Amino acid sequence: MKKRISFTLNGTLVEKEVEESAMLLEVLRDDFELTGAREGCGQGECGACTVIIDRKAVTSCIYPVMEAEGKEVFTIEGLLGKNNELHPLQQSFLDNAGVQCGFCTSGMIMAAKALLQENPHPTEEEIRHGIAGNICRCTGYVQIVESIKKASEAVSK
Amino acid sequence: MKKFEYLKPTTLEEVFSLLEEHGEKAKLIAGGTDVVIMIKKKQLAPDYVISLNNVAGLDNIAETNGVLRIGSMVRHRALENSPLIREKYTALYDATSVLGSVQIRNIATIGGNICTSAPSADTAPPLLALDAQVVIKGGSGERVVPLTNFYLGAGKNVLAPGEVVTEFEAPKALLSAASAYYKLSRRAALDLPIIGVAVYLRLSKDHSCCEDARIALGVCAPIPIRALEAETLLKGSPADNETFERAGEAAAREAKPRDSVRGAEWYRRDMVRVLVPRMARRCVERIKSQCKE
Repeated sequence: MKKRISFTLNGTLVEKEVEESAMLLEVLRDDFELTGAREGCGQGECGACTVIIDRKAVTSCIYPVMEAEGKEVFTIEGLLGKNNELHPLQQSFLDNAGVQCGFCTSGMIMAAKALLQENPHPTEEEIRHGIAGNICRCTGYVQIVESIKKASEAVSK
Repeated sequence: MKKFEYLKPTTLEEVFSLLEEHGEKAKLIAGGTDVVIMIKKKQLAPDYVISLNNVAGLDNIAETNGVLRIGSMVRHRALENSPLIREKYTALYDATSVLGSVQIRNIATIGGNICTSAPSADTAPPLLALDAQVVIKGGSGERVVPLTNFYLGAGKNVLAPGEVVTEFEAPKALLSAASAYYKLSRRAALDLPIIGVAVYLRLSKDHSCCEDARIALGVCAPIPIRALEAETLLKGSPADNETFERAGEAAAREAKPRDSVRGAEWYRRDMVRVLVPRMARRCVERIKSQCKE
């Protein structure tokens, strides 16, 4: 059945009729046309669908949309600045070759964003622990870890 | 995926009446990291999904009157980040810091992990080693069941229709005791254990002797089990390598693992032999370090 829900999406209060048995990812992609979060495995195992809900990284493919009611949801699209400038994490992924095919990138960056909110100066080990839920089949992770490390240094400067 | 109605009660009383109203057509959901996937895979097809996420009072972690209490809706990430759990109930920290991924731990709950009743549940061996009890509430009242008696088989437990697990209780940690859990897995994240081994040890004042011990094994039987013979062997024995290794051999005899894609029967059994003494030694290290502080 369709139900009306309201939540904050990338800083703006939104209201929408949604299918109540849908997962948040479907609603973000199909109803809000925010296609940055992607469906990889559909089972919470690959991290490509990672978004931030109430400051915590979650896999939106297994997150019932009805639980988003009243919450604060951030997707990769919410990272852009006022004049469309890239977020330091996005810039760092570009500068440090953290992106190859790009499929994992939005989820990876959202996991990194949640990590840096909790721990602004993570060690390499803490970065690896923080993005352990995000699978990348291209880079071998070295450039991704470096991108996050450099972004954390840039933010603190 | 089959469509369902998503119900969001805010009190336990509402939960009980919804469970009674919808009976077998309803499925309770905590974090949903198991249930949603079962629905997606068509292993479950409920008409009503009843969410516990909006019921207040189920997400506390507290030590009161000599008892550790953990609400059933506590997320694994909250346990991982709790100084109380990390410092005093360390086996549970060991388990919750390696379960799934950060994303999963932010959603998945300890109550869900136990109620799914998979033999591979990472929080089961630590809770067994900590001698946890399960607080169960239903429309007609409350009962408390030791976790050792909670499981009936793979995916099966003693919960009656209409009942909800609300809390776990365990005896308060002692300075002379510690616990440790090891998850043996192929990958560092998002993997189920090949086996899981938890040990709880209480030592004599001079740390020379084991006064009390509990050993719990995951994926070594259809349900998470205690290795009681190995525990008996430890109790009253010197806290040394020789004793720990004999306990490992006893636990390996008690384990009843099976061959599966994740690991062979002989390998799982042999790893019990290796990991029980390793976790016992870790308990001793932890007791010595907390006594120094």
